[in-house]
Amino acid sequence: MSDVTVAEFSGWGRHPVVTGRQRCAENLARITNGAVLSRGLGRSYGDASLPPPGDHVVAVTTRADRLLAFDSDAGVVRAEAGLSLADLNRLFWPRGWCPPSSPGTQSVTLGGMVAADVHGKSHHSEGCFGEHVRSLRIRVADGRILDVSDDVEPELFRATLGGLGLTGHVLEVELRLRPAASPWIQAESERFGDFDSLIDALQDASAHWPYTVAWADLSSRGKSRGRGILERGRAADPSTAPASPPVPKRTFSVPLVCPLLSEATVRALNMARYWGRSKLNRGIVHPESFFYPLDVVGRFNRLYGRRGFTQYQAVLPPRSGRAGCVKVFDILERMRATPLLCVLKDFRAAGKGMISFPMHGLSMAIDLPIRDHTQAVIDALNDFVAGEGGRVYLAKDALTRAEHFRAMEPRLDDWLQVRRTWDPDLALKSALSVRLFGDPA
Amino acid sequence: MKVVFLGATRGMGRALARLMAERGDELFLLGRRLDTLEGQAADLRIRGASTEVGVAVCDLERPEGFGAALDAATATLDRFDAVVVTAGLFGTQEALEQDAALRRRVLTVDFTNTIEFCEQARVRLLAMGGGVLCVFSSVAGDRARKPVILYGAAKAGLSYYLDGLDVTYRSRGLRTVAVKPGFVRTAMTEGLKEPPFTADPPAAAAAALRAIDAGRPVAYVPSIWRVVMLAVKCLPRWVRRRVDF
Repeated sequence: MSDVTVAEFSGWGRHPVVTGRQRCAENLARITNGAVLSRGLGRSYGDASLPPPGDHVVAVTTRADRLLAFDSDAGVVRAEAGLSLADLNRLFWPRGWCPPSSPGTQSVTLGGMVAADVHGKSHHSEGCFGEHVRSLRIRVADGRILDVSDDVEPELFRATLGGLGLTGHVLEVELRLRPAASPWIQAESERFGDFDSLIDALQDASAHWPYTVAWADLSSRGKSRGRGILERGRAADPSTAPASPPVPKRTFSVPLVCPLLSEATVRALNMARYWGRSKLNRGIVHPESFFYPLDVVGRFNRLYGRRGFTQYQAVLPPRSGRAGCVKVFDILERMRATPLLCVLKDFRAAGKGMISFPMHGLSMAIDLPIRDHTQAVIDALNDFVAGEGGRVYLAKDALTRAEHFRAMEPRLDDWLQVRRTWDPDLALKSALSVRLFGDPA
Repeated sequence: MKVVFLGATRGMGRALARLMAERGDELFLLGRRLDTLEGQAADLRIRGASTEVGVAVCDLERPEGFGAALDAATATLDRFDAVVVTAGLFGTQEALEQDAALRRRVLTVDFTNTIEFCEQARVRLLAMGGGVLCVFSSVAGDRARKPVILYGAAKAGLSYYLDGLDVTYRSRGLRTVAVKPGFVRTAMTEGLKEPPFTADPPAAAAAALRAIDAGRPVAYVPSIWRVVMLAVKCLPRWVRRRVDF
């Protein structure tokens, strides 16, 4: 019996949607054979995990989730690409280890974290996920299975970290975990009434706290636009933290697609979030609440309605910095695009991923529901960001134009050349690579 | 608990074996391929299985090897408390109608050979004074339905046998647990149209483990399928002739 089935693919933003075929089984070496792309839990927002239109097979890795080895002295874990971060956390938090870098959701696979070279609240202290990957086993386009690392095929290794699955199917990941005194988080959240003081506080906090992030309210106007809440945290002191390991939190799922998130509800939610707590909160919190607050609501992407949404995440270099952010807010306001969510993070210098997103500067991530003019909004933002020397995060992106990406990415040609070396016929491709790199569909 | 497990490398079996490992049970794995078994054993060991996880080759298509496989488990574990069988074959009704060879394989594996394996496990468990024999059958064996007649026929026979084991041997300490999964998202059901009350393997496995611990003779997983199948069993024949589920 053939196990290739027809499937409809979309990312977390539910836009765009592509029909193709998929194969999802335990044996990764088998299901990746002949596939154009590997896909994990589908949490990239746009088209990075979608096949190009046409009759292409995608290998869905989520059933290939075995742990292969664990060195409990060094904290090095080796697992198949489909292992989820949620499983990794659940198994290793109680043993005193945590992932050095994790994105805003734990519904991601190791393979996906490699492909997007994800970052998180620890970027200023730990860098990207890829900095902590010791080696990868990948299947390159000609079918060979290779182990790559800083020592073996280092160029292919660096091109694969953040390479969006286009340099090879990630089969196995070897990752160095961080020892943590406690999995519980000593957290503080503090309110700031304007954007400048919020960013000052974010940058101050990075010297003292391993985890930081800022949330800004863009639905208020005038002087208070960009006011927000700074969150900072570190591993709790075991003497004050609960002795028991954190139990995975119960979640509930949005049962159907319903556009509850409108301009008015967004304004209300932002107000509630801003005023909902006192000026400064301190406490010991569950690591899931700190790192993955939105995971509590499963499938919350359905709240953006039938047309879905996109997240625009860009990083601006220090010389552009917060003034650049303010200009971005101006563009959004002028074009009447009110984002629900605006998350800010200061990045340290770029890591080893050849085309990874983060670089030194200030990153902002903005959720935008898809409307008729969303493409025009993204174009205007990209014009500005490219001019400032910034760049966008492809794991979130669905609407950036090829010429904009090229203008932002001086490293693109080097990366494309490595890709061509290992895949001259472009056997590995995605809807994103067709859109941005001109691959034939 | 010491468990001999046939089928721990895939789907619900893998999920159930992991739950057992994570709570510190001792496991011995049986399956078709040594390399796959060893990979699974490493996974379970890292997840918390209390000792080295032993493995031995055992193929439901080769009943001549059942005895040796169970002996290998006995040699490693000394004695065991439970035997779990999640392995089996599946084919869609369409595929089974068209392909005589596949049809014979599925009927033989899911009925004749699974029962043969259980018989050999039963003898050993009884000799050790009892224990749990947990076998995954299916809701497809409860009532004939158009998409699963042939597969369902094998599972119906298997359920009948397990029911018989329960009434015959429970007084001698053998607790038979027939697990009847409804629709669970695994590689086996990939691409089939999902009915309501579809579950993921971890949830189905958690329900199966509760049944094993309680020694429940019949467990629907998820449990809502008990109600669903009760309703299906009440449908009159003329309705069953008309509907396609």
